[in-house]
Amino acid sequence: MGLTRFFRRSRWDDERRRELEAHLAIEIDEHVARGVPLDEARHAAYRKLGNPTLIREEIYHMNTIAFLDAAWRDLRYGARLLRLNPGFATVAILSLALGVGANTAIFQLLDAVRIRTLPVSNPEALMEVRIADTKGGRTGDFSGRRPSLTNPLWEQLRDHQQGFSNLFAWSGAQFNLTSGGEARYANGLWVSGDFFDTLRVPAVAGRVLTAADDRRGCAAPGAVISYGFWQREFAGNPAAVGQSLTLDGHPYDIVGVTPASFFGVEVGRTFDVAVPLCAEPLSRGERSGLDKPDVWFLAAIGRLKPDWTEARANAQLASVSGPIFQQTLPPHYRAEDAKHYLNFKLGAFPAGTGVSALRRNYESPLWMLLATTGLVLIIACANLANLMLARATAREREVAIRLAIGASRWRLVRQLLAESLLIALIGAAAGAVLAQWLSRFLVDFLATDGNRLFVDLSLDWRVFAFTLALAVATCFVFGLIPAVRATAASPGAAMKAGSRGVSDSRERFGLRRALVVLQVALSLVLVVGALLFVRSLRNLMTLDAGFRQDGLLIVGLDLRRAAIPPERRNAVNQEITERLRGLPGVAEASQAFVVPVSGSGWNNNIVVDGKKYSDNVNFNRVSPGYFRTMGTAILAGRDFDTHDAGSGGKVAIVNQAFVDKFFAGANPIGRTFQIDEGPGVPAPPYEIVGIVKDTKYSDLREPFGPIGFFAAAQEDKPDAFGQVVIHTRAPLATITSEVTSAVAQTNSSIVLQFQTMETQVRDSLLRERLMATLSGFFGALAALIATLGLYGVMSYMVARRRNEIGIRIALGAGRADVVRMIMREAAMLLGVGLLAGTGLAVAAARTAATLLFGLQPWDPSTLMFSAATLAIIAALASYLPAVRASRLEPTIALRDE
Amino acid sequence: MPKRGNQPIQGELLQGTLDLLILKTLAIGPAHGHTIAHAIEQRSDEVLQVEHGSLYPALHRIEDRGWISSFWGTSENNRRARYYRLTPAGRRQLTAQTDRWDELVRAINRVLRPAEPTSD
Repeated sequence: MGLTRFFRRSRWDDERRRELEAHLAIEIDEHVARGVPLDEARHAAYRKLGNPTLIREEIYHMNTIAFLDAAWRDLRYGARLLRLNPGFATVAILSLALGVGANTAIFQLLDAVRIRTLPVSNPEALMEVRIADTKGGRTGDFSGRRPSLTNPLWEQLRDHQQGFSNLFAWSGAQFNLTSGGEARYANGLWVSGDFFDTLRVPAVAGRVLTAADDRRGCAAPGAVISYGFWQREFAGNPAAVGQSLTLDGHPYDIVGVTPASFFGVEVGRTFDVAVPLCAEPLSRGERSGLDKPDVWFLAAIGRLKPDWTEARANAQLASVSGPIFQQTLPPHYRAEDAKHYLNFKLGAFPAGTGVSALRRNYESPLWMLLATTGLVLIIACANLANLMLARATAREREVAIRLAIGASRWRLVRQLLAESLLIALIGAAAGAVLAQWLSRFLVDFLATDGNRLFVDLSLDWRVFAFTLALAVATCFVFGLIPAVRATAASPGAAMKAGSRGVSDSRERFGLRRALVVLQVALSLVLVVGALLFVRSLRNLMTLDAGFRQDGLLIVGLDLRRAAIPPERRNAVNQEITERLRGLPGVAEASQAFVVPVSGSGWNNNIVVDGKKYSDNVNFNRVSPGYFRTMGTAILAGRDFDTHDAGSGGKVAIVNQAFVDKFFAGANPIGRTFQIDEGPGVPAPPYEIVGIVKDTKYSDLREPFGPIGFFAAAQEDKPDAFGQVVIHTRAPLATITSEVTSAVAQTNSSIVLQFQTMETQVRDSLLRERLMATLSGFFGALAALIATLGLYGVMSYMVARRRNEIGIRIALGAGRADVVRMIMREAAMLLGVGLLAGTGLAVAAARTAATLLFGLQPWDPSTLMFSAATLAIIAALASYLPAVRASRLEPTIALRDE
Repeated sequence: MPKRGNQPIQGELLQGTLDLLILKTLAIGPAHGHTIAHAIEQRSDEVLQVEHGSLYPALHRIEDRGWISSFWGTSENNRRARYYRLTPAGRRQLTAQTDRWDELVRAINRVLRPAEPTSD
């Protein structure tokens, strides 16, 4: 039977009807011809043929795919029912859309960040090569987003590995596109020659970089630009290939463009321009890491040879690790650092899904959010199940009649399920649309000025499968139980009970109660979670970091293009700082090598009175007035002044934690300490001249640690990057233009970058803010749905018990007694729910402990406050039905039904 | 009316037998449902009573297999009726099914009358 026949079955049926009519007519004709009266003839003909409708039905069934046909009819019936109850349909679809939408959005992000493989050919064969276990820690300078290897290490690895057909090293970089004034950055990549070969990425225009482009000392290297950059900067003009591009003041030839789908190997980011690794010294100048064995800035990825396994590649890497590390040991390493270094082993790790800082930072929050939205969906489902149960009860008589006249139970269940499926599918479809918007919102939320995000949110089969699975699962969760319940009653009993209901069967009420208890318990979990995250964020935002956060502008200075000899840099920095201090509206300005909470840092071990301490101490280099600028109190001694310059006696200011740790709280002023430098590096003594209040260094979440401040003017080798911190009340736009022109007076080739401390602090709390905002939203949503659920069940119970309540009132129960009775009922549900919820909440919060700050997962005040809040809203929700019950006129209540 | 001693067989036809009888009837020429039913009854001396109710589903099934085709025509007494005619495939099917039927009858006979020598 063909599908065309299926779709044209009604036309076929009409044919049959006419055929059977003809048959009857002929039969009747024959009887009449034999002299039988017409009436009798007709009866005889019908007797002989049987029921024409049944025959047609039999043929109709032969023509149909019975299951499809029934399903289609059930769906149409369901749609009709939904149209008849627009209120119910709206609530149901909306709550599912929210639940499915939130789940899909989070899943989409997880898919993009965690699960999806790189859009290159055969990504499963890609492996990252890095030090398998950096036990003891690595020493040196770290830069870039994935500092796994040094260049000498990479070169050794490249020459001695055997398991990979191709292998490349890369590092992320920011390339300045301007030649002076405020910087405009392109996301750049330094890539070794085999980058594109290994990934098997072709060029859509021009060519990609090859090993021939990556030759040491390349002076005018080629550059490959991304499709996005090509579109943005060159409007997709093919003539872009062959043009020159200025990066950090050096010209590059654009040789090609990569495909639109290719974003590099770092999930969560994209690149604008990729240049050969040999061009690194052009940007970094004297800070170039190509020949430095302790500058960690590269990461390596290779393509496994087809006949090699991960284990074999690892074994080979381990076998050559000894000589490689021996060969590249930095000469000035301290003995213990060298010992650790020589023990390192290289290892290969699957990299088919790329590498990602976004993944590292957000994977566990995202899984947690997925769990949260999952709970919201369960609560919404429980609510829907309750609504469906109520509707099933209202249709009890209808179902009973249909059962009584021979409908099969399975058929009825299927019909009821069809309605649920329809709700679920529409809800899921709406949710999928909502998810597109939500996931984009999430990505925007996580992106900051300094950290542009690129997440490929295109839909793939996993997202579709996830949403469809959600729809089907929710449908069964909220539809199946009510449907089975509705058809379980024996028809006789149902029809009798329906005619004069006294009260529902205990069992059915039990189920509804259980659903409400579940809703209350789960929403308590979400409310507690939300409160914990919100309070963590509040703790972080209100804690005393030791420095002011508003009115601070950070000006980044890049002197590389300004042709200022290194020995003049201190003077230039000082001159600029003086100029900025003199600007109108500027209260104070000073240099700072490291700005707190910026992510950069400088630390080392120290030696006090000849005793080595192996705890890292954070350092900073600042100019006089820094502590006034930052609003950090000087507790004892003095600030740096203009005499702390040149090669005179080196001085330092330390914080309270430093004093407590290394001087046991005794007055350290006048005493000295040294930095524990490696062999051959001078370690002059620093005389402590002042003590300042504790401040946070790289992260607001860390405890106060020891910090040593040195005088900027005493630095022997100032580098080409400097920062000036300005305390100002002037509006940001005014001050940045004033700063730009003031710096240009000193040297117009200096490149500037602006950032406010407020933004920097806010960006550093992004994860906390995300968790607080989303969990807060979902917590409120869950509480709302659960309250609605409780209200619904209490109203329903009151409605079903009208008779009983009427009798009670008639027999003399007071209004207050009725209210108390109903409220007791609600309080019991609430109590059980809250009790179960508390246990769950504590268990759930423990898994989130690492994301909390300043409070414990079982924080009693949070638990109590959440429970109380839920209890109050729930009490309000059940008070209304209770009052309605108490207002029942017994005569009316008893007359009805 | 059935002849004496020949009880009409109704609803006991072997599965597929009705199809064979319909094909055989149509081998003579196109006919509509009513004619087919009566032809079968008459030629079996009223032993085989075709249940009209199962005739039409059978016709539909056979047509579905492509053994017969149908068209609208005018009956002997000027009624519009749906006529069926054997297709070439149906003709082949008729031969095949008739052979199978003969074989079946022989086989059953061999079981029922083992003592008698097979006559053909």
